[in-house]
Amino acid sequence: MSRAASDRYLLEVRNLKKYYPIRGGFFRRKIGDVKAVDDVTLTLKEGETIGLVGESGCGKSTTGRTILRLTDPTDGEIIFQGKDITKIKGEELRKIRQDMQMVFQDPYASLNPKMMVGDIISEPIRNFNHQSKKDLKDTVMELLEKVGLTSDSYFKYPHEFSGGQRQRIGIARALALKPKLIVGDEPVSALDVSVQSQVLNLMQDLQEEFKLTYLFIAHDLSVVEHMSDRIGVMYLGRLVEWADKEQLYKEPLHPYTQALLSAIPVPDPRKRKERIILSGDVPSPANPPQGCAFHPRCQHVKPECSEIRPTMREVKPGHQVACHLYS
Amino acid sequence: MTLLEVKGLRTGFKIGEQVYHAVDDVSFSLKTGQFVCIVGESGCGKSVLSLSIMNLLPRENGKITSGEILLDGKNLIPLTDEEMNKIRGKDITMIFQEPMTALNPVFSIGFQIAEILHNHTKLTKPQIRSKSIELLRQVGIPRPEKILEEYPHQLSGGMRQRVMIAMAIACSPKLLIADEPTTALDVTIQAQILELMKEIQQKREMSVLLITHDLGVVAEMAEEVIVMYAGQIVEQGNAEQIFHNPKHPYLVALLNSIPRLGEKKNRLEAIKGIVPSLVHMPTTGCRFVDRCPKAKEECRFISPQLAAVEQGHSVRCLLYQESYPKVEEGGRR
Repeated sequence: MSRAASDRYLLEVRNLKKYYPIRGGFFRRKIGDVKAVDDVTLTLKEGETIGLVGESGCGKSTTGRTILRLTDPTDGEIIFQGKDITKIKGEELRKIRQDMQMVFQDPYASLNPKMMVGDIISEPIRNFNHQSKKDLKDTVMELLEKVGLTSDSYFKYPHEFSGGQRQRIGIARALALKPKLIVGDEPVSALDVSVQSQVLNLMQDLQEEFKLTYLFIAHDLSVVEHMSDRIGVMYLGRLVEWADKEQLYKEPLHPYTQALLSAIPVPDPRKRKERIILSGDVPSPANPPQGCAFHPRCQHVKPECSEIRPTMREVKPGHQVACHLYS
Repeated sequence: MTLLEVKGLRTGFKIGEQVYHAVDDVSFSLKTGQFVCIVGESGCGKSVLSLSIMNLLPRENGKITSGEILLDGKNLIPLTDEEMNKIRGKDITMIFQEPMTALNPVFSIGFQIAEILHNHTKLTKPQIRSKSIELLRQVGIPRPEKILEEYPHQLSGGMRQRVMIAMAIACSPKLLIADEPTTALDVTIQAQILELMKEIQQKREMSVLLITHDLGVVAEMAEEVIVMYAGQIVEQGNAEQIFHNPKHPYLVALLNSIPRLGEKKNRLEAIKGIVPSLVHMPTTGCRFVDRCPKAKEECRFISPQLAAVEQGHSVRCLLYQESYPKVEEGGRR
């Protein structure tokens, strides 16, 4: 939850698409596309936190990675700090990466086990500016303290830390270059509840201190709701709803969002409720249903849902939804 | 009627020459038709407990060092493998966390279900086939005849977990142990599976022991809740007591540390520190002491006992008079 959100856009994403080709048949020709991200438009103001939620395979991680240009978008525009970074490459791209960093999901896989923690955290700095060895070490010590690790961690190796501590190392590494935007791809989903809250609190403190902007990707709606100012709900590569978090929780419009909210088990036996149980599984993104991708599982399905794909439209100020029920 | 009774169970792992206890002095009982949840974070011993009941501990270093596991009054611990094989899959069955790894990828679904029926019943082949189809239909699988011919990789995670449940209920077990059955699934699929488990449990009057780390799932499902921390039961009670009158500081903190939908909170209450590892477990005193906001000096020296503070509600914490050890057992933990 950021308090200092300004009105300037730090990041604008317009009609972002990322298709992965499916090859097969004679000469391994392209026979189709997996539309991992399909026509996603979103904006991030400076200092705010945007949450992206959805089930596995909905394209939320790919969206994050494409925004950071870790994979190349198929189509669309990514405008970061007023500059179109969709097509830049080489040195120019390398430079822009100083301002956008990522915290990964798996703290066991995202740290090099053969590197000392000090080297892991200082690597991004060494990559971009030339600091003296002493300055570098001071910076790293300061970062370690900021994320709540002791200074003797500098000489340790990742295996000596627990999951939560490793995630702190990952956060320190992301902070090392004082970036503007941090993409957190499920940063707490591998952690235990008691440790999860430590890391979430840390991320909020750091946001306030360094005026960070977060793109927070997670499948856990209650975590996203806690962290974010505005939330986008994704289903099969598309944004289906986009709203302020209070609005989204109070009045979810899209039937998928409603089902998602109702499926979350509430830690209170007095609130056992009649849930909306969706039938069936998430269809394969390689072969999404015609029309609205959600219509085979939707309770309120209408005839046009299987023919015309709904587009995002603003139903209320700041509340967009892609559903025929509201057109 | 009591179906399962675990008494003073201690399960240890040998590391080097030392034996470290992952489950330490756990006692509880389960009635016929009861739905009990065991909740705890990773490393609290909840999975080792379930493996102990099933007698599936790794042979090379895992061992039950003391205690009793009574199923219908019969102790399971001294049983030989052959005797245990007659019970596993028939009286007690288990659903595992990873539906991907729990099914054998090289055999068809039909073969794997038939295997259980073949081992535990005297049904003929055509009977087994029709029973398999019936089972798959019960767990809500569409086109069961077709699914029988398919292989695990052709099914989605939710479908695989349904197949696992079908296999688990094939011989109408008395007790079903489900070890994090929905952790690998998406929330909407999780809701489906939980609903299915509840329905089956009520229809068959089966006892279920659900092991999970998710307090939300516990609140939805459980009648009776057992909270574990570092190998011990720290609190036990019915769902209402656990969620609305938590006693142990660990449980209180845990409930406060989860973000809840629709609740405005700027900061979550975090529990400082981490769960002590098996090797570094304190030998005397409370195991939560280093992370506890209410720790007293004596918490380091006196090991609290699990004791009832009200009807059906027990806690292991020195904040409550009842938890002080009754007799000083000179030096024994």
